[in-house]
Amino acid sequence: MDEPQQPMDPAAQAAQTVATVTARFPGAVQARPSLPGEAVVTVEAGRWPEVARWLAGDGGFSFLSDLCGVDWPHRTPRFDIVCSLTDLATPRRLRVVIGVEDGDPPTLDSVTGVWPGANWFERETYDLFGIVFAGHPDLRRILMPDEWEGHPLRKDYSVGKVPVEYKHLSPGH
Amino acid sequence: MTDSTRSEFEERSQGAYVEEEDTQGGRMTINMGPQHPSTHGVLRLVLDLEGEIVRDVRPVIGYLHTGMEKECEDCTWRQAVTIVTRMDYLAPFHNELVYSLAVERLLGVDVPPRGQAIRILMTELNRISSHLVWLATQGMDMGAVSMMTYGFRERELLLDFFEMVTGLRMNHNYLIPGGAWQDLPDGWQAAVEDFIAIFPGRLAEYEELLTGNPIWRQRTQGVAVISREQALALGATGPTLRATGLAWDIRKAFPYSGIERYTFEVPTASQGDVFARYQVRLEEMRQSLAIVRQVLDSMPEGDYKNMDPKITPPPRAELTRSMEAVIHHFKLVTQGYPVPAGDTYVSIESPRGELGAYVISNGETLPYRVHVRDPSFANLQSLPTMMRDTLVADTVAAIASVDPVLGGVDR
Repeated sequence: MDEPQQPMDPAAQAAQTVATVTARFPGAVQARPSLPGEAVVTVEAGRWPEVARWLAGDGGFSFLSDLCGVDWPHRTPRFDIVCSLTDLATPRRLRVVIGVEDGDPPTLDSVTGVWPGANWFERETYDLFGIVFAGHPDLRRILMPDEWEGHPLRKDYSVGKVPVEYKHLSPGH
Repeated sequence: MTDSTRSEFEERSQGAYVEEEDTQGGRMTINMGPQHPSTHGVLRLVLDLEGEIVRDVRPVIGYLHTGMEKECEDCTWRQAVTIVTRMDYLAPFHNELVYSLAVERLLGVDVPPRGQAIRILMTELNRISSHLVWLATQGMDMGAVSMMTYGFRERELLLDFFEMVTGLRMNHNYLIPGGAWQDLPDGWQAAVEDFIAIFPGRLAEYEELLTGNPIWRQRTQGVAVISREQALALGATGPTLRATGLAWDIRKAFPYSGIERYTFEVPTASQGDVFARYQVRLEEMRQSLAIVRQVLDSMPEGDYKNMDPKITPPPRAELTRSMEAVIHHFKLVTQGYPVPAGDTYVSIESPRGELGAYVISNGETLPYRVHVRDPSFANLQSLPTMMRDTLVADTVAAIASVDPVLGGVDR
C-alpha cells in the first residue's frame, strides 16, 4: 500500500462516512452524537447482519478492529454491542452501536461470517455479558472458567460479591 | 485398553497428558501448556495430531484473567492508569498512552509539546525493549540460547533507563491523562545517547548470529505461513500483518502524540512466515531507534503535562501559598476529576499491533466502561491458520513469532 494521502479534515470525513451509511440504510442506520472527528452510527439489531455485510464489502470497512459489549441496566435496550471498524485504504474509522434487548438470554446475530476475526471478540462478549451470538460457530466462555456462573462485566455483578474458594483446606482450618 | 497397548501408548506420548486417542484414525489430542516454557506465559494449546503433523489447534486462554476491565470501573480516571499498565506487561507505556489519549479526548484537553515528545520517546524505547524480549525468546525456542542472554542483556539497559525516569522497571504508571507524571530526570540525554551509541552494533551482532545462520533459516523460513487476506480477515495487526507485505501502521494511518513530526519507515516483508516476522521486527527496532534519535535532538522545553488545575494537582510549593491550590489538591485526591459524558475509541501501534481503548464516561469521576482491544488477543486467533498441517516441532516457532503476551490477551 502507498503512503496514506494527506488526510482530509477528520470532522468532514466522519460526517461524510456517516452520511453514506445512513443514506444506504434509511431508518435502520442512524447517526449518533459523538465527539468531533468520530463517525458513530446506531444499527437496528434485526438489520445488523445485512448492514455488516454491506459495510465489509461495498462500504469499505473490511477490517474489524474491535467488538465489545456495554451494560446499561436502567435503559432499554439494556445492552450495547460496539464495533470499531477500519477502512485500511482511506484510512478512516466507523463505530457501530447495536442496542440489544435484555432477554433470557439477550441475543444478537453473529458477524463471524462477515469478519472471521469477530470470533473471539464475540466469545468474550458472551462470556462477560451473557449476550448470545446466534450463528456463532463455537460460542463458549473464553476468559472465565467453563463452569463459572454469572457474567462479570454486567453492572449488577459486583466485584466484592465473589465467594472465595479454599479447596485445599479441610473444615477444621 | 490392554496392558501392552497401554504401555505402547504411554511410550508414544512420552509422559504428556493425552486427552483422547483415536486408534483407528491415528489421531491424538494432546495438550501443550498452560505450564510450558515455550508457550510464553500461560497459553494452552490443544493439538490434534496425526503422528508428527498438526491437523488442528485450539488455543485456550483465560488463565491470567483478573478482571482488569471490571476493576477500572472502581478506580478514578487517574487511578485506572495503574490497572491498564499491567495488561500487556511488555509494553506498559503503550497501555498507559492509549488509555490516556482516550481520556484526554473525552476531557477535551491538550498535551503540551514536551509531554508529547516524552510519550514518543518512552513508547518507542518500549517498542525496542519489547522486541528484544521477543527476539530473545524466539531465539531460545529455536535453540539459539545465546540469543536469549543477549536479548535480555540489552533490554536491561532500557529497563534501567525506565527505572531512572519513572522509578519502576515495569508497570510504570508514568503516562497519565494530561501528559507525563513527572519531567525527565537530569542526565536523561546522556543515558539515551549511551543506548543509541551501543545498540546499532548489538543489532548487527544479532543479525550476524541469526540471519545467515542455516539452522535459523531452516527453522523459520516457510514455517507458520499466513497470507495477507487471512491475516486481515482474522484481525491480525502489527508485525504479523506487516510480514505479509502490507505496510499498515497506526502511527502512519492515525498519527498520535505528534508522531507525524518524525521521519521513519514502516518495514514490511512479503513471505508471511516466521522469518519475515523476524525481518520486520529487527528493522522496526532500527526505525524506533531513529525516532528516539530525532526526539533526543528536538526535545521541546516547557510543561511536560497539562497544568490545568482541574485535572493536574498543583505543584507542591503552591500548597503552602495558595488556598485555591489546597482545594484543588484536596478535590483531586479525594474524588478525582469528572469527565464529560461520552465515548471514544482510540488506538495506537503497540509492539504487537493495533492497541485500542474504548472508553465510556457517564460524567462521573469513575470510568463507566474501559475496554482494551489488545493486539495479542486478536493475533492469537490466527495461530490455528498458521499451524494447520505443520510439524509439531514448528509449533514453538509459530507461537513465538506471533509474540503473544498473555497479560494482554487475558486482561
